[in-house]
Amino acid sequence: MDKSLLAPGHRACAGCAMPTTIRLVLDAAGPNTIVVSPTGCLEVTTTPFPESSWCVPWLHSLFENASAAASGVEVMLKRRGKDTNVVIIGGDGSTFDIGMGSNSGMFERGHKILYVCYDNEAYMNTGVQRSGSTPFSAHTTTTPSGSQSRGNPRPKKDMPAIALAHGVPYVATASVAYPVDLRRKVKKALQVNGPSYIQVNAPCITGWTFDAGTMIELARLAVESGLWPLLEYESGELVGVKKIRRPKPVEEYLKLQGRYKHLFKKTECADVLGQIKAMAEANMAKYNLVD
Amino acid sequence: MSNNTANMKVVEGSYAVAHAVMCCRPDVISAYPITPQTHIVENLSQMVADGELDSEFLTVDSEFSALSVLVGACAAGGRGYSSTTSQGLALMYEVLYNVSGLRMPLVMNVANRAMGAPLNIWNDQQDAIGARDVGWIQIYAENVQESVDATLQAYKIAEDAQIRTPVMVCMDGFVLTHVYEPVELLDKQKAREFLPDYQPADILDPAHPKTFGAFADPSTYTEFRYQQFEAQIKALAKIEQVAREFEDSFGRYYGGLLDGYFLDDAEVVIVTLGSVIGTIKDAIDAMRSEGKKVGLLKVRSYRPFPVQALRKALKDASVIAVIEKDVAIGGEAGLVTDLKAAFYNSSIRVPIIGFTAGLGGRDITVKDIRKIVAKAEAARKGIESEFEFLNLRTEIL
Repeated sequence: MDKSLLAPGHRACAGCAMPTTIRLVLDAAGPNTIVVSPTGCLEVTTTPFPESSWCVPWLHSLFENASAAASGVEVMLKRRGKDTNVVIIGGDGSTFDIGMGSNSGMFERGHKILYVCYDNEAYMNTGVQRSGSTPFSAHTTTTPSGSQSRGNPRPKKDMPAIALAHGVPYVATASVAYPVDLRRKVKKALQVNGPSYIQVNAPCITGWTFDAGTMIELARLAVESGLWPLLEYESGELVGVKKIRRPKPVEEYLKLQGRYKHLFKKTECADVLGQIKAMAEANMAKYNLVD
Repeated sequence: MSNNTANMKVVEGSYAVAHAVMCCRPDVISAYPITPQTHIVENLSQMVADGELDSEFLTVDSEFSALSVLVGACAAGGRGYSSTTSQGLALMYEVLYNVSGLRMPLVMNVANRAMGAPLNIWNDQQDAIGARDVGWIQIYAENVQESVDATLQAYKIAEDAQIRTPVMVCMDGFVLTHVYEPVELLDKQKAREFLPDYQPADILDPAHPKTFGAFADPSTYTEFRYQQFEAQIKALAKIEQVAREFEDSFGRYYGGLLDGYFLDDAEVVIVTLGSVIGTIKDAIDAMRSEGKKVGLLKVRSYRPFPVQALRKALKDASVIAVIEKDVAIGGEAGLVTDLKAAFYNSSIRVPIIGFTAGLGGRDITVKDIRKIVAKAEAARKGIESEFEFLNLRTEIL
């Protein structure tokens, strides 16, 4: 492989899935790519002025407008007759929550833009506050577990379904633990003549609290437990499902993470564990994950 | 100012401005409809639909996205245009800072309108005055012709390599956007000669990858702000220069930063901005015929605020009355506060009184101007009220 398009020396934490994810995305997209990023960990760790890790042109405007800014880039490139990939790379805070209006507008207008969400399931840049992507029962600093709380009371927002509802022609989920699959999906998305959306499970060491060396294992367990199915939709049809050879119990995934430790301390959390298990089973049945 | 009456047409203000925008040849237009800005962007959409204007017109989900689209378009090398007002401008607030901080030379017509609550769609200037510190140049137009001409001038100022600062061309909502009056529409070819194609300094280009919008820590942030500050100071001369170049090409001139009316021997000077100037000129004409030494100073450039030019223009005034359609609740109002600050460290000692008037579309009449002049004359002997709401309806309070 040639030199990575995301140079080392950035300030991301050791054990963070984000830079690995970005490198895989850029490897697949190649140098003829312009990246637009919202405010977030990615932006602050890769661009402390006057330094930058970006070896492709990169634009950051605000937290909630990456899709609108990228739309402007895309129409201008078309106008200038340039065939350059436009890729948005943002976290779940901007993708699921604050940027939703702008994302909806970009999807609806049909720009040829690939939107990659590195999904670490909370507002990590500001200190692990809950986002619309935070899974059920996860402890965050704004959904802490406590005597009256069992963590985040609501399930994760179904962002791929929102993209599909806009008629986005290519929608996929991916994982940092499955690099071949992720690269293939990025390449496929960039062939689409319209918007595409890929949501990548990207564990956050400070937010999820796990041992740095287990990041990839953790991301793999999310898939193998059925909690993060790897899916692929073309023109609204489910065309690809990554099968799970040996399904793992959800506890194996949850136990490695500090954000779920309250579930194993309190007997009254047993029904929470049961609900998470039911979610995994529902995914397995819905997507036929296990042969 | 001179007009070639042969080329004059009676058109709606919004059409005239849209026509001016067409003559500026923006690559990308992005706007969200809001009264009273709508006719401007409807006209532009039609021009694009009819092939009269070769621009990409993006319909978006909000004003916030409208201006954000232009951030991307500008970074990719395009000339961008938007228009908004009031709540829309407020929704753009975060992007306004971003555009100026990224030194993007965008131009936007602001069809000035009151801010809610209570909801009010009529004209005042609270929206733009409230955004005076966002780093944009602000030019206020007196009439439709000035709105047209300032729009073309705005791109030339904004895109200058020494300036690279976005410009708001402020025109009073309804009063100027919806009025039909005789206007000389810009000649496309002359406009092209006056404003060449946009030459971006930096561009998103895979052959030369650059990072736009990095974050700056305390060791560099101040210097970014200082460079914007410095560019606005340089813009003082540039605005004047562009106004003169415009005069050479089009034969019209309204002052660059400021303009005076019966200023030379004026004892009472009214200082204001925007379309109320027409009414004030009528009032001054009447009072002059009665022998009253009343004059007017129009502030055309509110940002940058022309401190030196103001001191020079107002050095001989005996009393100054500021009339403005905004209020800084908890303080006074934008223009009067800035004007007083401009004089504090000068040798000029002149009483300055402020009036907030015309809020939410309330008329300002010739009678009102006479009332203000009478109060100003009284203030020469001692200020009774430094700042007041004109024509306050105390019976409904």
